[in-house]
Amino acid sequence: MTTSVGKIARRRATDIVFKVFCVAVTVVALAALAAILWSLLSQGLGGLNLDVFTRSTPAPGSRGGLANAIVGSILMCLLAMVLALVVGILAGTWLAEYAKGSAYGAVVRFLNDVLLSAPSILVGLFVYEILVAPFHGFSGLAGAVALALLAVPVIVRTTEDVLALQAATLREAGMALGAPYSFVVRQIIWRAARGGLLTGALLAFARISGETAPLLFTALNNQFFSLNLTHPTANLPVVIFNFALSAYDDWRRLAWAGALLIAATVLAVTIVARIVAREQRRS
Amino acid sequence: MSDVVLPPAGQPARSSAPRGATVGKIFEGLCFSAATALLVALGGLLFSLLIGGWPAIRKFGFGFLTTATWNPVTDVYGAAGPIIGTLVTAVVALIIALPIAGGVAFFLTELCPAPLRGPIGTAVELLAGIPSIVYGMWGLFVFAPVFSRFVQLPLMMAATPGSLLEKLTTGVPNGSGILSASIILAIMILPFMAATLRELLLTVPPAVRESAYGLGATTAEVVMSVTLPYVRTGAIGAVMLGLGRALGETMAVTFIIGNAHGFPQSMFDSGSTIASTIANEFTEASTPMHTAALIALGLVLFVITFIVLGLARLMLRTTAVKS
Repeated sequence: MTTSVGKIARRRATDIVFKVFCVAVTVVALAALAAILWSLLSQGLGGLNLDVFTRSTPAPGSRGGLANAIVGSILMCLLAMVLALVVGILAGTWLAEYAKGSAYGAVVRFLNDVLLSAPSILVGLFVYEILVAPFHGFSGLAGAVALALLAVPVIVRTTEDVLALQAATLREAGMALGAPYSFVVRQIIWRAARGGLLTGALLAFARISGETAPLLFTALNNQFFSLNLTHPTANLPVVIFNFALSAYDDWRRLAWAGALLIAATVLAVTIVARIVAREQRRS
Repeated sequence: MSDVVLPPAGQPARSSAPRGATVGKIFEGLCFSAATALLVALGGLLFSLLIGGWPAIRKFGFGFLTTATWNPVTDVYGAAGPIIGTLVTAVVALIIALPIAGGVAFFLTELCPAPLRGPIGTAVELLAGIPSIVYGMWGLFVFAPVFSRFVQLPLMMAATPGSLLEKLTTGVPNGSGILSASIILAIMILPFMAATLRELLLTVPPAVRESAYGLGATTAEVVMSVTLPYVRTGAIGAVMLGLGRALGETMAVTFIIGNAHGFPQSMFDSGSTIASTIANEFTEASTPMHTAALIALGLVLFVITFIVLGLARLMLRTTAVKS
């Protein structure tokens, strides 16, 4: 009897230690992440003003903002999204609709999953090799292609998952009406899945809008305002990187403001994506 | 009779079926090409790294991996420093992040009061999406000064000369270095790993968990002997996915590792990782051999991460199939 009582006491003690540990590390983790958000807000809000959105990146000590970098980032991300959506949705559709049970499909699926978390700096090197070095110039186009390469795996993944969720009866109903399979996929399945496809696109956008490493040697940077993507293009992540590592206080302030802008964008887009996904699930 | 089923005039009923078939073929072809484009991209990535890095591989051979001289002036390159830096920071980050991520996931699935479960879970998932450059900036400007003052200096003062602790803590106590980079990496992969582990634990059927509780098991026993073993393979996959992220991470590390070549001498010493070296030097590479050496570094990183991520995906898939 006494041994079993001792055993129970020991089990209880272990359980308490375990619970305390779980609660403690959760508190520590949330505190660390809250500290990061707090610095971002307190440092970033101080640097935000109208100049940030209306003026281009300044020389140290003079008045300026991030307008050229914001516009450059938006242009590159939009172009990247267009490229990635076309390739990603088609490839995802092939995996979901045409590649059931095919070995080739399994290989594509596996490599897509690997690409999903491949180091983004390698994508930058790749695009440098194929689009920057041969044409002897950094360009916003190369930056957009690098970002597209990072967005495609996200879109492929979500597209395949969302299409696979659509009811088989929906497909059968379309086929029974005499519609060709490709018509059923485009007009019925894509339409039924459009909320999910939108979620995937938003998640991909959130993923690429903060990416820095692949832009360092593709888009490079540009001190001036420009809408021409065939030249080096200013973009928020690289400006933040350069300014944060500089010795000038005003540049560092701008870097914090830029970091806050990016983080807020990513959070907002992710939240919208989650709301869209929830609405989709409800309907 | 056949007139009855004809569609309204103006629409060519006869040719619609063959045309639909052609469109179908074209559409399927397009989808197939898009999927193949993915393979081509990955193949091209590997191929371009091989081509670009070839001059360095040919000149330095296997020694590229084992020597630690990195000298753009004499044009001699050895990648051992960045390779060791990459492996050490990623593994230390994982050692720090794993118990914490596990604790958070267990807390969220077993202990958390129901009203808090959703908000904390969502917060963790949202934080997983914050761009890594934010973590890097925070590390440099907020974490490094605190770390230097409250951890590095006291530890270095406390270390008796000649002891192991002294060996581990030599270096300039400016807050940056190998250990700082590992801690920032750990904070960065933490939300991601916690979110993935939580998702895995939620796939355990309630009946399994409830039967364990019904037999009188404590929370610790339910987690350690029932739910965690249930998702074991997937959990290992999630951990390796986190490792893969830490290995390839650029911005969070570049800010705070100190960017020195050669073997790091201690945990507080400045170092470099493959990604941080490429990020710092690529656009300023002085000679073609320098560029080639950096691309060869990229190839090494590709091989390491591809193996880790590949294994991670295979393990995660096994769990997905099982559940």
